[in-house]
Amino acid sequence: MRSLFSFLNRENKRSEIRHSDFAFVFFLRSIASLIIIVLIFLLLYLWNGSLPILKITGFKFFTDSNWDPTADQYGALPFIYGTLLTAVVALLIATPIAVSTALFLTEIASKKIAKPFGFLIEMLSTIPSVVYGLWGIFVLAPFVKIYIQPLFNNYLGFIPFFKGPPFGIGIFSASLILAVMILPTITAVCREVFLSIPTTLREGVYALGSTRWEMIKTAVLEAGFSGILAAIALGFGRAMGETMAVTMLIGNRADIAFSLFAPGATMASVIANESPEATSMLHVSSLSAIGLTLFIVSLAVSGISRLITQLTKRRLSK
Amino acid sequence: MSSLNSALHSTLRKRRFKNNLMTFVIYLFSLIAIIPLFLVFFHIIKNGSSSLNLDFFTQLPAPVGEPDGGMANSIVGSLILISLASIIAVPLGILAGLYLSEYTEDYFASALRWTVDLLMSIPSIVVGLFVYTSIVVPLKSFSALAGSIALSILMLPIVAKTTEEVLKLTPTHIREAGLALGLSRWRVILFVVLRGKSSAVLTGVVLALGRVAGETAPLLVTAFGNRNWPQSIFQPTPSLPVQIYNYAISPYENWHRQAWAGALTLVTLIFVINILTRLIFSKDGLDKNQS
Repeated sequence: MRSLFSFLNRENKRSEIRHSDFAFVFFLRSIASLIIIVLIFLLLYLWNGSLPILKITGFKFFTDSNWDPTADQYGALPFIYGTLLTAVVALLIATPIAVSTALFLTEIASKKIAKPFGFLIEMLSTIPSVVYGLWGIFVLAPFVKIYIQPLFNNYLGFIPFFKGPPFGIGIFSASLILAVMILPTITAVCREVFLSIPTTLREGVYALGSTRWEMIKTAVLEAGFSGILAAIALGFGRAMGETMAVTMLIGNRADIAFSLFAPGATMASVIANESPEATSMLHVSSLSAIGLTLFIVSLAVSGISRLITQLTKRRLSK
Repeated sequence: MSSLNSALHSTLRKRRFKNNLMTFVIYLFSLIAIIPLFLVFFHIIKNGSSSLNLDFFTQLPAPVGEPDGGMANSIVGSLILISLASIIAVPLGILAGLYLSEYTEDYFASALRWTVDLLMSIPSIVVGLFVYTSIVVPLKSFSALAGSIALSILMLPIVAKTTEEVLKLTPTHIREAGLALGLSRWRVILFVVLRGKSSAVLTGVVLALGRVAGETAPLLVTAFGNRNWPQSIFQPTPSLPVQIYNYAISPYENWHRQAWAGALTLVTLIFVINILTRLIFSKDGLDKNQS
């Protein structure tokens, strides 16, 4: 306590310093607390907002597939299904490409090529979602409709999942645009993981007489496997939260259609689509509950991803 | 002996073939990865430049059916929203970043770091929904205020994180030199550490601006938009990304062309910001640390 009150002694320069430092830390902390308060408010509002609908339906909210705002009927299953399906399909498309790109950047390309190429990949992530959506509506969706969908129909049409109405707009187009959008994220994380693998490991495998691919397989892919998993988890989180491009391309129908080409909706797209027009209290509440779910799930996913990254880095640096 | 030799040769040939095949696959996939970038650019420039003219920057949107018109109101609205958001987020973010880099040891810093990380991973639509339920619904109106608060929540963690990273690059001996002169810690932090990295901190702020300039989803549910000039911060306010969205999903040919022109403007803006910041960052030696 002496240090707290010693500023009364004006002769004591050191305690003055200590006092002003104390005030500065107090100032910074009170400012920074605002940020923490925002986060707490965010959680409280989402939780409070979702209470009315959750009180009525209980857990059934998440398993009921009937979403009909005009009849005040709310079940979130179609959106959970749409979110998971688009994110998984997007990952299936993006992961091999992103891992290859990261391999190219770290193992194959010379520095002269890797730098501008990495820059181009990063540029992919700076294009706004709404611009991807615009491009998707006028370029990608017609392309899917004319070229890709008939391909699936002709060769895999006997599986109902690959058969669907020829709109161009639907789950597949949304997943495709999502794949483009999460590609830079996965590439960046994989690249970081591959770079953290010690060169001695690579040299060791080469010294055993392996080809470059054998080196990549054993020293890079196997050593960095958990890191790749972390990258995939991060991409999954991004894909779930993406809103605009998906909203513009998925067709926005609250339906569970077991077809890759049918229109659907995701948790994020239904919030963007229906919030501006939601009037009934229960409707707003249901959207809040969906937002809360999205929040919790994406937090969990990014937490898992961060955990894996840290464990991997610790293991590799040993 | 010769049979062993030929067996060795055939496995070697197989291994070489596999090596070449996989290298080819890696090259091919890397090529596929950047094709969308060029395609998106090509179409934006092709469709955007043909509909971009002076009217686009000076005129209000034309009524349905009439040709021409512009997005002047949305551009002004975007500027208002982004400036308001920065007024809130920039000081807060810089101070938070300052705390994170200079007081790493205490429990408050770890709570703050945790919060900033959490805020970073929240989907932007959830932030929009939060502002919608906490501000739009009680005030009974979409507003520029709500929109800029949503944007500021998205900017905050970015500014805080970049500030922290930049300030951490200050060598410890510079702090020690300041302290050795008998300066108090807060003077060292503000006038030695922060001032020494002020241009890099500013670059981080601009980077955050570029990041939120294209945000659409949170604005759609908070600022909403209108087809007139922005009136006041308590009323619906148009913005460039939301207008692009509205035009893109409309059935009118003229509006589609306007959407492309808007996209060209937005992407050009964001790219200029990104390339400029990158140049400054690499000058400051931050690049060395990151790559």
